[in-house]
Amino acid sequence: MAEKILMKGNEAIAEAAILAGCRHYFGYPITPQTEVAAYMAKKMPKIGGTFLQAESEIAAINMVYGVASTGKRVMTSSSSPGISLKGEGLSYLAGADLPALVVNVQRGGPGLGGIQPSQSDYFQATRGAGHGDFHMIVLAPSSVQEMAELTVKGFELADTYRMTTMILADGTMGQMMEPVSLDFAVKEAPEKPWATTGTKMEREHNIVNSLFLAPEALEKFNFARYDRYRVIEENETMYEEYMMDDAEICIAAFGIAARVAKNAINEARKEGIKVGMIRPITLWPFPKAPFAKAAEKVKSIISVELSMGQMIEDVRLATECKVPVTLCNRVGGMIPSPEQVLEAIRNAQK
Amino acid sequence: MVVFDRPHAMAEVPMHYCPGCTHGIVHRLVAEVIDELGIEGKTIGVAPVGCSVMAYDYFNCDMIEAAHGRAPAVATGVKRADPENHIVFTYQGDGDLASIGMAETVHSAARNENITIIFINNAIYGMTGGQMAPTSLPGQVTQTSPYGRDTNACGFPIRVCEMLSELDGPEYLERVTVNSVKNIKNAKKAIKKAFQNQIDGKGFSLVEVLSSCPTNWGMTPQNALKWIDEKMIPYYPLGVYKDRSAKEENK
Repeated sequence: MAEKILMKGNEAIAEAAILAGCRHYFGYPITPQTEVAAYMAKKMPKIGGTFLQAESEIAAINMVYGVASTGKRVMTSSSSPGISLKGEGLSYLAGADLPALVVNVQRGGPGLGGIQPSQSDYFQATRGAGHGDFHMIVLAPSSVQEMAELTVKGFELADTYRMTTMILADGTMGQMMEPVSLDFAVKEAPEKPWATTGTKMEREHNIVNSLFLAPEALEKFNFARYDRYRVIEENETMYEEYMMDDAEICIAAFGIAARVAKNAINEARKEGIKVGMIRPITLWPFPKAPFAKAAEKVKSIISVELSMGQMIEDVRLATECKVPVTLCNRVGGMIPSPEQVLEAIRNAQK
Repeated sequence: MVVFDRPHAMAEVPMHYCPGCTHGIVHRLVAEVIDELGIEGKTIGVAPVGCSVMAYDYFNCDMIEAAHGRAPAVATGVKRADPENHIVFTYQGDGDLASIGMAETVHSAARNENITIIFINNAIYGMTGGQMAPTSLPGQVTQTSPYGRDTNACGFPIRVCEMLSELDGPEYLERVTVNSVKNIKNAKKAIKKAFQNQIDGKGFSLVEVLSSCPTNWGMTPQNALKWIDEKMIPYYPLGVYKDRSAKEENK
């Protein structure tokens, strides 16, 4: 068995990014993701990489855009208010079909909100990170091990599909320490003949651009991008099912909420309640199929979230409201307790 | 014998610029410099948002289109991706560089980022139809200052070279113009130096080019060139505002 080391979630992301071949990191200080930047500031100079503290989140995401244009693996990390500022850049990255990894260690909002964990950027991540028609691949780790693994996976997906992958973590995931194995294979980055690395006078010039003044051209690119999104939905959807075989009640939860829910499920099972969980690992693409399947056999679904109910909309869409979907939540930096979730399960059983 | 030809770095496509606009001249100067320094194959240009938004079509080197004002941040990324092999320039207007992108401008200068910036100051937003720019002169009539720029309400124009010259970071700052043959020759010298500095690893080099916008100034091209002499240069004096290496050599 591979050696395990004790790491904070934020550090696991940083170390995994380096293992994935990322040598360029740009960021701006914000709690609770600071350890990512601190780790990079320490490590990058020693391995010939670049750590640069940008003047703003906006500058950081545009530095990412610059490196991504040259085809190299690059990342930034931030927390909720900072991600709002990156929204412009995320839209341009999508419009120019550039691969990049962006980490959001979520905190409570809206506005300055707080610095405690939250999942209230779900809509932003899966629906509207910026203007225009686009998606990011959104990965939701539920352990420090997954923080590392999904970071590597995130770079690979970004390169394969030429788009941004977002790691949607939260303050708990970023701050908690768990044993991690960093012994995993990294796929090599594909050739990037589109990259702007200088023509070397050997080819036509490459242009990285998101401007198409002719509506026919812009429409064509948008249709093509969504064709690619359909391939991603087909091939890259990830989720975990927990005790769903005989479940009569289904919990939907991701990230830290799924950890809490698991405890509640184990307790409920002791009481003889047949409850299971579907834990989306990709929030976009959302695992519609397992929820659609669950809706055929369970009597209700409980969405456990650290938000006012955001993922619950995707659950309702996926199940076409065939069974009642209720919300069990805490917000503002609060985390639902296993007892609260257990109570929700008991209520659903009635 | 060929005495005058299109620079290789300049693409053979029609430009969209208005008649009498000096963007074409500055594009040509940049392309000539790229040719003369033999750096086309390693040069990556970053176009802004504004009139020169489609500059990515006009140069034969690799080009990137940046978001409004963000070109220096994008250029920072491109340069840092491969500092030895990338020559990186941005080409930005006054709204892009001195308004929405001021933070990116100031901080790339403060970092002495080893990039070259060509800054077109024509005292107006051209692409959107002639609105007041951060560099519009006091009293200047524009679409959004129809009674003339009122300095009580909207403050004073920003002198970018002077402002940046207060920073310890930047290597080279010069203001030139292109309204006469003599001035065009000086402008080319400055642009060449700004690229040479990058090749020599000296750092942040910005050339501000006072340019004309006959369309939005509501003037003939000839009168617009005269307006640069009569109105712009008195407010924006030409000259070298910082040349650290030269200063150190003279010590």
